[in-house]
Amino acid sequence: MKARVFVTLKPSVFDPQGRAIVEALHSLGYGQANDVRQGKYFVLDLNVASAAEAEKMAKEISDRVLANPVIESFTVEIDGAAK
Amino acid sequence: MKFAVVVFPGSNCDHEAQYTTETVLGQDVSMVWHRETSLGAADAVILPGGFSHGDYLRTGAIARFSPVMSAVKAFADRGGPVLGICNGFQILQESGLLPGAMLRNNDLRFHCEFVHIRVEHADTPFTRLCTPGQVLKVPISHGEGNFFADPDVMARLERDRRVIFRYSTATGEITDAANPNGSLANIAGICSEKRNVVGLMPHPERACDTRLGSDEGLILFKSVIDVLASSGTVAV
Repeated sequence: MKARVFVTLKPSVFDPQGRAIVEALHSLGYGQANDVRQGKYFVLDLNVASAAEAEKMAKEISDRVLANPVIESFTVEIDGAAK
Repeated sequence: MKFAVVVFPGSNCDHEAQYTTETVLGQDVSMVWHRETSLGAADAVILPGGFSHGDYLRTGAIARFSPVMSAVKAFADRGGPVLGICNGFQILQESGLLPGAMLRNNDLRFHCEFVHIRVEHADTPFTRLCTPGQVLKVPISHGEGNFFADPDVMARLERDRRVIFRYSTATGEITDAANPNGSLANIAGICSEKRNVVGLMPHPERACDTRLGSDEGLILFKSVIDVLASSGTVAV
């Protein structure tokens, strides 16, 4: 079962890399780009039987390892399940 | 006394920590590989700077799972003095031994330069010989040293006098211009609730000889030697 995890800085946390990217976009002429937030994307291959189990495990792994709750939040998607 | 310097794959200031404590200050030092489960008979522990595990995932995020970190936690829980320098500070944050997290420097640059830090409080094992308000000239060398914590944690750190070092001018003023990375409240270093665990982004171990630009980092190591020599115990 595949789980996709997206980790981003919390909205309240300044993202210097996102700022640099949006400034680059503006200099390329994309004035419509209001903001960019940079994050990380993980694909977990989990040996579990159900989507519910996969989601539970992926959330636990994200909370413990993949994201730092001090500065980051995450969302989990399970392959085939529309979350 | 005996220092333990923990060595992770990617540590690169472990030899500076050893040189300062062993060669300059004449103490016993053991280098402890991160796979070890014991720190031996250490009186004080140093987590050195570097790029443990290549900074993969996040700075310090993988090192926190090294077997030796259980021993470091137990040592800290018993009140043993622990100093985390740069990446060592980041590892202590990821391990939950110190609060907050490091963001990318706000100007996105890796800063490798001498800065000034003001010592805020002398009641930690690593600042015992300092005078509050004293300014130290020490180098920084990091790309992710932008201290962040949520407002509640910030308020607690200030209330409990746990901000130990702040980036300052040479004369001790706390200004935006003296802040190299965007750290909240110019924070360069903090301590734990029990004050025995101290983390800072600057490198005191690289400031141990005037021929290298400064010897003003020595006072952190002399402080802990003094504390242990005078008390004979780890309690501060």
